[in-house]
Amino acid sequence: MAVKDYIRERFFPHLWCPGCGHGIVLNGLLRAIEKLGLSKNEIVMVTGIGCSARIAGYVDFHTLHTIHGRALAFATGVKLSRPELKVIVPMGDGDALAIGGNHFIHAARRNIDMTAIVMNNRIYGMTGGQFSPLSGCGVIATTSPYANIDNDFDVVELSKAAGATFVARTTTYHVKEISDFIRKAILHEGFSVVEILTQCPTYFGRKNKEGEAADMLRRYKEITTPIGSDAKKENPDLIERGIFLQKENPEYCSEYNAIIQQAMKG
Amino acid sequence: MAKPKLKQHLIKRSWCKGCGICVEFCPKHVLELDALDKAIAARPEDCICCRLCELRCPDLAIEIETE
Repeated sequence: MAVKDYIRERFFPHLWCPGCGHGIVLNGLLRAIEKLGLSKNEIVMVTGIGCSARIAGYVDFHTLHTIHGRALAFATGVKLSRPELKVIVPMGDGDALAIGGNHFIHAARRNIDMTAIVMNNRIYGMTGGQFSPLSGCGVIATTSPYANIDNDFDVVELSKAAGATFVARTTTYHVKEISDFIRKAILHEGFSVVEILTQCPTYFGRKNKEGEAADMLRRYKEITTPIGSDAKKENPDLIERGIFLQKENPEYCSEYNAIIQQAMKG
Repeated sequence: MAKPKLKQHLIKRSWCKGCGICVEFCPKHVLELDALDKAIAARPEDCICCRLCELRCPDLAIEIETE
């Protein structure tokens, strides 16, 4: 199937701002699914609230647009009742790690088979540019006009520590990595996290003088490097990209099924 | 495998929001924004069909059609 067969064309053009990175994530996600050759009926996309959450409206899969931060909780219910379906949960940085922080770590801890995509634009775009737990120190936001003093989470380290069994990071500049990592995350059996740094030119870019969408993309090329590169040794401030973790651990739905089988023996 | 040959750039003008990402990162400077800030293929003869515009377009507005 072509990419256009996976979208609800009647809702386009989408509501995201000109140059918004979320559209690039949608683009890469669709290509990952096209490459996997999945049927639309095999996929459930669950989202919470925020600009990022609107992605569920644009794809022609089974979709649930739920409540703020609770996408993973709904997704857990879906997956437990229909474990044969592929569950994909795109979330914004605030949705995933502020409002939904607890759901995030516990879904990771259980190692339930689903793909969490953190579209990290380091700001709450929909509500007017407030700082999030991924903004980091020094960031200017509507709620931190003199610079933010809150430390940020490292999504990769947090996911690894919480128990996720597939963890990757890339940016919207590196579009081929987006589809490659999402494809591998969907194939992985267990809780997969793909963090994608995505530009918000409207709020983050403007407040922090990072220029237009294309300037922000170019910046992603400059401030990131593949895992274990020589450039990282010379400049420790560079953000690493790649697949940080991929390991096999017992998956939650399989373990749950085993318990059911055991209990049925009476 | 033979190099893909361009048939045309299919650009959905009503979906394009004129962000300029395709223009900025086209390695052969094929694309431009027109007077209405919509992407157009100004120099299609230079296109090498790398599809980076298609992959990076946040509006899913570009498709490279090859022969």
